[in-house]
Amino acid sequence: MAVELINPNPVIHERKSKAHRLDLPSVHGDEDAAEEFDATEIFDHIRDITDPEHPYSLEQLNVVSEEAIMVDDKGSKVGIKFTPTVQHCSMATLIGLCIRVKLLRSLPPRFKVDINVAPGSHASEAAVNKQLNDKERVAAALENPHLVDMVEKCLASSEQ
Amino acid sequence: RQDRESVGQRSRARHQMGLQGHPGGVAPPDSIWEQTGGEFECVASLEGHENEVKSVAWNAGGNLLATCSRDKSVWIWEAQPGNEYECVSVLQGHSQDVKMVRWHPTRDLLVSASYDDTIKVWAEDGDEDDWRCVQTLSSAAQGHTSTVWGVAFDSTGDRMVSCSDDLTLKVWDTHTDPTTSMGAGAGAWKHVSTISGYHERTIFSVDWSRMNGLIASASGDDAIRIFADDEEPPSTTGQPTFSQVAKKEKAHSTDVNCVRWHPTDPRLLASASDDMCVKIWELRGRSES
Repeated sequence: MAVELINPNPVIHERKSKAHRLDLPSVHGDEDAAEEFDATEIFDHIRDITDPEHPYSLEQLNVVSEEAIMVDDKGSKVGIKFTPTVQHCSMATLIGLCIRVKLLRSLPPRFKVDINVAPGSHASEAAVNKQLNDKERVAAALENPHLVDMVEKCLASSEQ
Repeated sequence: RQDRESVGQRSRARHQMGLQGHPGGVAPPDSIWEQTGGEFECVASLEGHENEVKSVAWNAGGNLLATCSRDKSVWIWEAQPGNEYECVSVLQGHSQDVKMVRWHPTRDLLVSASYDDTIKVWAEDGDEDDWRCVQTLSSAAQGHTSTVWGVAFDSTGDRMVSCSDDLTLKVWDTHTDPTTSMGAGAGAWKHVSTISGYHERTIFSVDWSRMNGLIASASGDDAIRIFADDEEPPSTTGQPTFSQVAKKEKAHSTDVNCVRWHPTDPRLLASASDDMCVKIWELRGRSES
């Protein structure tokens, strides 16, 4: 994609075990299941998304972590703070968009999802956050075949 | 100035090429439809915007149409005989997407709301037969601190209300003091009230009933709220204040995108949502309305 990598040498972290939750309850279709959503489950949905420029998952690059996920099941709210690998990362909006699309597909529509970069982790934090949380701009972005293609490539690894 | 003219000229050329009927075809974006005996037919297609068109509005006289887009511009089109529409002005000034345009109920005064957090007021320049921005309502003028999604006028057009991603509604007032005329015979707009502490998520739409003076809001928290002008404003400021008089929680199962009062029946309100439903509401229990 880019000739020059934005972050040529990212730090790789270990993928934590998924052992504590082997069977993910199906969230597609069966919304009446009494199963409550928690941060672990939300994390399981997004941890294996591939970084747009490295062959590693967002978890391995420490972009997402379970601790940075807030879930209020009764209030139908999910809040995600992600940490771009570098302060000036131009991939930040694309990463945020991938997380948003993944959760749009995985969570029942009652959930309100806020996606923001972790405070202080990005040079244009406010602009990135504003764009990621404007549903009209997200909808417009997802009508762009080139962008959708990039998002799908990043999501493929998390949908196996 | 030069940029604007070149865009305007290019658009005019494109617009003329695009002026064909679309009988039976797929509706093109930004189209004019005419009711010709029971069926709607597309009679003109207005092209020129470089990105998504977000809003359209007719002026009170019905001879002007305004459009706005994610390309940051507002366009004013003049209706000509024979379903011709000529672009009379391309208004540049917003630094980000323009979400909504709305005309004053009686004057040729246009307001636009944008992702750049401002509201702009546009009026025709008397001498030059051109349109210009006569006022920008920004956070510096006690305006909004995030995307402005919508605006609505009261019945007289002396007041307007705006709604925003900053979770507030703001009420603006103008008065026809000739010393502060800002074009089209209207005075400068001043912030008179901020309605805050009610909405939990983005306010996508607002409408001011011309029948009963009530303000309705549509929000990303799935609720519809109704606000009324307090009869006794605090004497300390002399400024009007507004209070919530009704709230419908879970009006829809997800975001409410739009609310509109019925133009002649003061009880009726329509709402539209991401849940793919339109709902019609009847307001009860306000005998004084």
